Amino acid sequence: MARKLLLEKAHVEGIRYYDVYRREGGYRSVEKALKGMTPDEVTEEVKKSGLRGRGGAGFPAGMKWSFLAKPEGVPRYLVVNADESEPGTFKDRYLMEFLPHLLIEGMILSSYALGANRSYIYIRGEYAWIPDILEQAIAEARHNGWLGKNILGTGYELEIYVQRGAGAYICGEETALLESLEGKRGNPRIKPPFPAVKGLWDCPTVVNNVETIAAVVPIINEGGDEYAKIGVGRSTGTKLMSACGNINKPGVYEIDMTISVEEFIFSDEYCGGIRNGKRLKACIPGGSSVPILPANLLLKTAKGETRYMNYESLSDGGFATGSMLGSGGFIVLDEDQCIVKNTYTLARFYRHESCGQCSPCREGTGWMEKILWNLETGKGKMSDIDLLWDIQSKIEGNTICPLGDAAAWPVAAAIRHFRDEFEWHVLHPDECTRRNYGLAHYADPIYVPATA
Amino acid sequence: MSEQLFKVTIDNITVEVPAGTTILQAARQIGGDVTPPAMCFYTPLKGSGGKCRTCLVEVSKGSEKDPRPMPKLVASCRTTVMDGMEVKSVTSQRVLDARAGVVEFLLINHPLDCPICDQAGECHLQDLSYEHGKGGTRYEFQRRTFKKHDLGEFIQLHMTRCILCYRCVFTADQVTDKRAHGVLDRGDHAEIATYIEKNLANDFIGNVIDVCPVGALTDKTFRFKNRVWFTKPVNAHRDCDKCCGEVTLWMRGDEVFRVTARKDEWGEIKTSEKTGKTGWICNDCRFEKKKASDWTVEGLAPIARHSVIGQGKYPGLQRPSETIERVLDGRKPRLLMDIHTVSEVNKPGIELSEIKGPATGDVFKQ
Repeated sequence: MARKLLLEKAHVEGIRYYDVYRREGGYRSVEKALKGMTPDEVTEEVKKSGLRGRGGAGFPAGMKWSFLAKPEGVPRYLVVNADESEPGTFKDRYLMEFLPHLLIEGMILSSYALGANRSYIYIRGEYAWIPDILEQAIAEARHNGWLGKNILGTGYELEIYVQRGAGAYICGEETALLESLEGKRGNPRIKPPFPAVKGLWDCPTVVNNVETIAAVVPIINEGGDEYAKIGVGRSTGTKLMSACGNINKPGVYEIDMTISVEEFIFSDEYCGGIRNGKRLKACIPGGSSVPILPANLLLKTAKGETRYMNYESLSDGGFATGSMLGSGGFIVLDEDQCIVKNTYTLARFYRHESCGQCSPCREGTGWMEKILWNLETGKGKMSDIDLLWDIQSKIEGNTICPLGDAAAWPVAAAIRHFRDEFEWHVLHPDECTRRNYGLAHYADPIYVPATA
Repeated sequence: MSEQLFKVTIDNITVEVPAGTTILQAARQIGGDVTPPAMCFYTPLKGSGGKCRTCLVEVSKGSEKDPRPMPKLVASCRTTVMDGMEVKSVTSQRVLDARAGVVEFLLINHPLDCPICDQAGECHLQDLSYEHGKGGTRYEFQRRTFKKHDLGEFIQLHMTRCILCYRCVFTADQVTDKRAHGVLDRGDHAEIATYIEKNLANDFIGNVIDVCPVGALTDKTFRFKNRVWFTKPVNAHRDCDKCCGEVTLWMRGDEVFRVTARKDEWGEIKTSEKTGKTGWICNDCRFEKKKASDWTVEGLAPIARHSVIGQGKYPGLQRPSETIERVLDGRKPRLLMDIHTVSEVNKPGIELSEIKGPATGDVFKQ
């Protein structure tokens, strides 16, 4: 049984409310930090912990904090990115719904470390009921003296505001989020300048994921060095995984990044195996934008080693044979799923969510969707597969924000690993509308050449 | 600090530019093929650029201090130069491929209605696709269409031609008193509109026509009146209490067909000689003053050599000699009969530049 840091108390009855949360040891990290540590010491602990951003890119959080410009007389902001819109990811929802005080506690710590007196939670519009939960938690925290002016008599002031988005995936991109928070159209900004220098209202800003901020609480409670002992290599601490798809036990799981992918999918403690006794065909291990992997490459790396659930092991082999941990949206596909249809669904999503600012993404995503629809419905041509490949390569890396990359990677990976399934769709236009390609050879062991 | 000069090498040509200059600006100093095309960047408009991705370049050496290359292609219009930076524009295959890709993306949903488009001849998308695009298309689907929006009596909107450069949005924000139009919706169905039909009639709103790189926003008072290459651009000015009054008149004979602001070789509005600021012109000058007598003509406006508008308008041009005078031993040809002296059949009283809208059969029927 792996150690839990975030969800340890998630099942205590009434943990949503302040009294229970406080009784279970909540807010002691704030007491420890505000009374006994300077802001720089808090940042130092986070740096030592090796905590990596949980939003998808995995950038070290302590490093991000230390980049924050600190000019005199200019306010600084902390913005919590709760615009969790990545298909397959729902961990932040779980955290905010059941442990809102954990997020607030983390925000007080982080704001204190950054010297921010105003912090925002930007939450996606579709989470319509969660702002009420957060507002209630904020009110409770303020009532008990954890927010407002002069917190714990230290003179530190902090206000937290909740802002709802209006239902756009792009507003989860940090600069688009800031634009939206300012009340403008949610178009990503051109970087540089980075938010750490010019963010919200042109002031230095740090944007972090909900889970990242929540993870600051155990880091301060236990110390950065202790936190860094959990996990493996540069993947320290615990990570929330939102497991979904064709598995027996979908849900949010906290893992300590030392278990193997196979264990995560098949053990009863986690996903509990594939539903209805089917076989594993493929998996998108980190939310819809990361490359999809066939079963054989998912469980073992190209070198024949076991693949583990952490940042390094999942990305072993680069995009040629690996994927990414991303935001932890673990989508499992069984043998009955059609990769072409899956890719089409993702392409349709990205076409719908592109902000339309830069041309490759605006035009390319729609084009890919149309071609994939043709392939899926048996109207495709062999040349369409190469055309798709060419389009995705023209989008990737040529856009302002990573949405272009996120739209290109799933298509690229699907063609890279499942090309014969695409070709089968072209060669059997009638059959492909009646049945799926099935598992084929996608779970066969990979030949690993012996090395001297 | 401001006098500090940075050395930057673009396609093996080195220039020295002040700190804070963008790669695009530095490349424009060199000129020629080296200069990346720019569809959305517009120097006088703050915040423009970075969107169309046609100006992507490869930075093969970041700077003297940090020689690492940049991993991705960067938008040259929004990337400032560093000392010792080395940039590859046309010498990099990656850049050429990416550029061709962007041109293809811009054209897949473009209606390609150049034969009936008023922008043809001075369209940046035409130039771009001619210089950087491919001959054919791989797009086999229906092109995107939009519900038509009426922007009032001066400005004609063709949303299908729009490349969403946002220039007109910036112009309305920065040049006019109040912006009444913007980008609605998102992604491939994003469009320029006013949401609820509004007349765009702000004093300086006509400038959106000048900044539009394509035929999405055109002059309604010039609509279908003439092809731009048949008209002759001359510089002129008048005393205007609203704007600098320095314009280019597009004339044919003595008729003024169209009035625009003066543009430089990059299609950007020039700095006014009188005010020292960007030479935006007001709606009065642009739409109302359509008589040659309203203006003091200065002379032929410079036209880029590659431009189709330059056809036959160069001073010192060698014209082929007339054959008729030679074969008639120097006698002038004599007009046997001028039809207009005996017949009104062609309705010579109708001035094409003064009728409302395009000339149709109905105009001559009455």
